[in-house]
Amino acid sequence: MTPMLKTIADGQPAAWTGAGTAPVQISVRGVEKSFTAGAQPIVALKDIDLDIRKGEFVCLLGPSGCGKSTLLNAVAGFQPPTRGTVNVDGRLITEPGPDRGMVFQEYALFPWMTVAQNVAFGLEIKTMPKAEIAERVEWLLGKLHLQDFRNRYPKDLSGGMRQRVAIARVLALDSPILLMDEPFGALDALTRRTLQDELLRIWEEVGKTILFVTHSIEESIYLADRIIVMTYRPGTIKRDVQVEMPRPRDASAPEFNRLKRELSQMVMEEQQRFSQDEIRSVTAD
Amino acid sequence: MSRAKSPFSPAAVLRGALVPMLVVALWQGLSMSGLINPVVLPSPVAVVERWWAYLLPPDPYDPAQGSWFLWALSGEMLFDAWSSLYRVVLGFAVGAGLALPLGLAMGGKPRIYALMDPLLQILRPIPPIAYIPLAILWFGLGNAPAVFLIAIGAFFPVLMNTIAGVRHVDGIYLRAARNLGVGRTTMFIRVILPAATPYILAGARIGIGTAFIVVIVSEMIAVNSGLGFRILEAREFMWSDKIIAGMFTIGLLGLAIDIGMNRLNNHLLRWHRGLEN
Repeated sequence: MTPMLKTIADGQPAAWTGAGTAPVQISVRGVEKSFTAGAQPIVALKDIDLDIRKGEFVCLLGPSGCGKSTLLNAVAGFQPPTRGTVNVDGRLITEPGPDRGMVFQEYALFPWMTVAQNVAFGLEIKTMPKAEIAERVEWLLGKLHLQDFRNRYPKDLSGGMRQRVAIARVLALDSPILLMDEPFGALDALTRRTLQDELLRIWEEVGKTILFVTHSIEESIYLADRIIVMTYRPGTIKRDVQVEMPRPRDASAPEFNRLKRELSQMVMEEQQRFSQDEIRSVTAD
Repeated sequence: MSRAKSPFSPAAVLRGALVPMLVVALWQGLSMSGLINPVVLPSPVAVVERWWAYLLPPDPYDPAQGSWFLWALSGEMLFDAWSSLYRVVLGFAVGAGLALPLGLAMGGKPRIYALMDPLLQILRPIPPIAYIPLAILWFGLGNAPAVFLIAIGAFFPVLMNTIAGVRHVDGIYLRAARNLGVGRTTMFIRVILPAATPYILAGARIGIGTAFIVVIVSEMIAVNSGLGFRILEAREFMWSDKIIAGMFTIGLLGLAIDIGMNRLNNHLLRWHRGLEN
């Protein structure tokens, strides 16, 4: 069978880890984003410079309010930054587009469409021929073990199943970049691990660039080539950590735990600033 | 939602029939007591007899006249029910057909909303019944004024709910669709419209209920067929049994319309959560 999705850089082996030499695909320069919440101006992002290479799996890690989702939304084109630029393949991002498929924590499936219709929707928008759509949808349903659910509506699916559909829907677009906003945050631990493994399997097979937002330290170590730890307000890059461990990673390995301890410390510092801030704002009200 | 085992189990049927049977028994006892003039309150038996006569064809079957099927449908009641239903459907189609595109436009475009809203807010509180004199003046007698009144009755519920439905579309669907590369027209047809259907159908259901009220009223003034006309006609002859038989038929037709709408709702919203009835 011919591959349904383009693989990353030419000549790359299907299963590979690390993208050390691949060209930069997402380039974030001097990004700043501020909001006004009431009278209080909030600087959600400040001085963000970030390069993500083709095929890289990057996690944005940090506590609530650190601006990780804001950064993801800036790359997605939903919220343009107040200052600075986001470029993808040298093109300035000003609006959302199917070249950067997004997976939302809330799944965001269209409830009036069946599983198969949800997956096909993006392809119909591209005005792909019907037969080709059917073939691609079938292939994706198989990939994500959704064949038996093709005619179900999202309301009849579990959270894990819904997120599979959402992943199939963006994979259908065959966009080079996947943006994932805490996609497994609402799932139970076992479903979460299953989907993490499936995501890794698919990523290794089709080689997308993935930018993945999470507040789970363990999830970030389990998945990423590279973890960007962010600070709490203003959101800046606190640390850029390469994860060299081979996959599949063993969460009980000493290396894994060493990194976990190190990252926990960094994240907890920010978490403390977040809780202090929260307490302050409550007492101020 | 928890449900009783079956709505048609013998126990359930018995329980459901209890109160109606009591009411009828009381009514029959009252009319047999001779305390009440049968012109004021005919006995249930008389009403049922009249209803049956109203339902059956007026003439015996004559093979020379043609089809047996048409003969079976030639009763006065079926003709009246058909006339009323026809007006409801036509008036509703006109009213909802105008309200839906306007509501979509007003819900989607704040500028159109700002333009149209003041006028509609003034017109909306006017009950459709208040349009009767104008309707007769404009359209004379016959089906036209009736359809006009019914259309007005159906228009506002569908309009208001369509506007609300479009405005309440969850932003996450719009973001997901934009991410998939959906343009404006497709967004409207394939995302906003289906997302708003629960609201729109709720409006349609209210609208058809209003249409059914208005059809009975308008038949009392503008036309000489239909269930509304028939009960008013019966009053002129002091046929109180026929009035009640007609009212009962109106109730049955209303129930049938409601069941039909409910079926349609359940089919169109089969994807929707929390739709168990």
